[in-house]
Amino acid sequence: MSHHDRFLALENVYKAYDAKVVLDDIDLAVSRGEFCTLVGPSGCGKSTLLRLLLGQEAPTAGAIMLDGAPLGYADTRRGVVYQKYSLFPHLTVLDNVLLGKRITAGALASRAVRSAMRDEAVEYLRRMGMADHAGKYPHELSGGMQQRVAIAQALIMKPQVLLMDEPFGALDPGTRENMQVFILELWEEAGMTVFFVTHDLEEAVFLGTRLLVLSQYYTDGRGDGVQRGARIVADYQIKVASTRSKETADFGAFIAQIRREGFDPECRRHVADFNLRHPDSFHTVSAAELQR
Amino acid sequence: MTWRNPHFLGFAARPSKPLRVALGSALFVLCLALYLTASHLRHRDNPQDKILPSFGQMATAVYQMGFQRDTRTGEYLMLVDTASSLRRLFIGVLLAAALGLVLGLNMGLFPGVEALTAVFVTVVSIIPPLAVLPILFIAFGVDEFAKIMLILIGTFPLICRDIYLYTKKLPYEQVIKSLTLGAGAFTTAYRIVLPQVMPRLLEAMRLSFGAAWLFLIAAEAIASTDGLGYRIFLMRRYLAMDVIIPYVFLITALGFAMDVSLKRFVLWRFRWYSGR
Repeated sequence: MSHHDRFLALENVYKAYDAKVVLDDIDLAVSRGEFCTLVGPSGCGKSTLLRLLLGQEAPTAGAIMLDGAPLGYADTRRGVVYQKYSLFPHLTVLDNVLLGKRITAGALASRAVRSAMRDEAVEYLRRMGMADHAGKYPHELSGGMQQRVAIAQALIMKPQVLLMDEPFGALDPGTRENMQVFILELWEEAGMTVFFVTHDLEEAVFLGTRLLVLSQYYTDGRGDGVQRGARIVADYQIKVASTRSKETADFGAFIAQIRREGFDPECRRHVADFNLRHPDSFHTVSAAELQR
Repeated sequence: MTWRNPHFLGFAARPSKPLRVALGSALFVLCLALYLTASHLRHRDNPQDKILPSFGQMATAVYQMGFQRDTRTGEYLMLVDTASSLRRLFIGVLLAAALGLVLGLNMGLFPGVEALTAVFVTVVSIIPPLAVLPILFIAFGVDEFAKIMLILIGTFPLICRDIYLYTKKLPYEQVIKSLTLGAGAFTTAYRIVLPQVMPRLLEAMRLSFGAAWLFLIAAEAIASTDGLGYRIFLMRRYLAMDVIIPYVFLITALGFAMDVSLKRFVLWRFRWYSGR
């Protein structure tokens, strides 16, 4: 993992719906191979930030770059797993996983290419432990199985970055922990870059190599009445070994700290005091921003 | 003492299988009994009664219409009528379905197309199709084309708007997902969304057939030389209830058969749709 390579970079990104500012000057650089988790109070704009990264919406201002090239409308450089609706209900498990390959191969692909694609999809399903369910439709699978297939469907396209929007949010606790371990294994194996949005702090700390806290609870000297969008109020590099157990005291203390910093409406830290200790963390202040 | 679900009355009623069959057929039997009684009473007063023909009279009429060549044309009239009517009906509804699918799908997916057409389609759907029938006859003549146009105009708005609203309700995540899998707008619309809309289209067609029959019979009644509607309105002049009633049954049976087969087809072909 090389630091400071600015693989995924957001500079001065704003997002406003009419007069309502949702994201207020987001500066962020994510390195290749990082498992980045994003937490924040509900309604703070986590999903908005993800939609910007995905290209589902355009930022009101600012630049989003992936591997040096600007990110536009959704394309194959990004893979996505949603909490639900990731799978196409009218396709079987195998067809869902094969879909991306089939689309990119086009209608004129030779029989050999098609057969290779199929083998690859079956291999992905085997790795997800879903090989026995290839012929089933999504509605015939449990929530955890659906998410496994959705991950396979995204990964087979080898996206440069995998975006996940509360992918395990609808699963029961046991399945959820299995899936957390599973996604970590996949991540270590494939060395992929993951951007993972969740409202579950424990999940975020357990999974991430880097934890971002997005929050609208801060102050910046404009007074309390000002309509404020969310900012990244904390940015932690997580020491992998110490946080891979949820039982330790450190783990609990860390979560309590994040909860105070990001989730407590009463805690109005000033922008200048943000906890941006991550080596990749940066914050630019332009002349235009000072005017705001 | 535990309680039991009642057989017939109340929210908790759980009719047994035999009772279900009995209840389901009760109203049919009642209607039949009423008819037979009334017919019998009329025939007792006047054996030549034409208003409520006996089953024997109807059987004779069906035999003449369906199983004997017409003395003038040399054709089996009932067969010819059924074939012409079904041809008009299917061409009209299939055209409406094809157009409604393509337009509705694009309206639901592309805000530009929606802005261009949504208000227009809504206004068109309010025009009573029978009110434009004279216009159609004047513009297109009184042959097949005008009749098919009437069915098309009558069923297209419903199908189109249904597909439009259904497409619009599909989660937008699917569109984004499809783009991240390498699809473009065309592929997303016709390879991802269209197959998901197909069962809904068949259901919209099922609902449209009722209206389609109405417009078909109206058009045939006014200007035609064959067809089920034409025959019924022709026979009305002779008070030939012994032909009209079997024709009404035939139309009902055809409509019922189409409804059931479409429903079965959706269940069989689109397992994922009914399973959700």
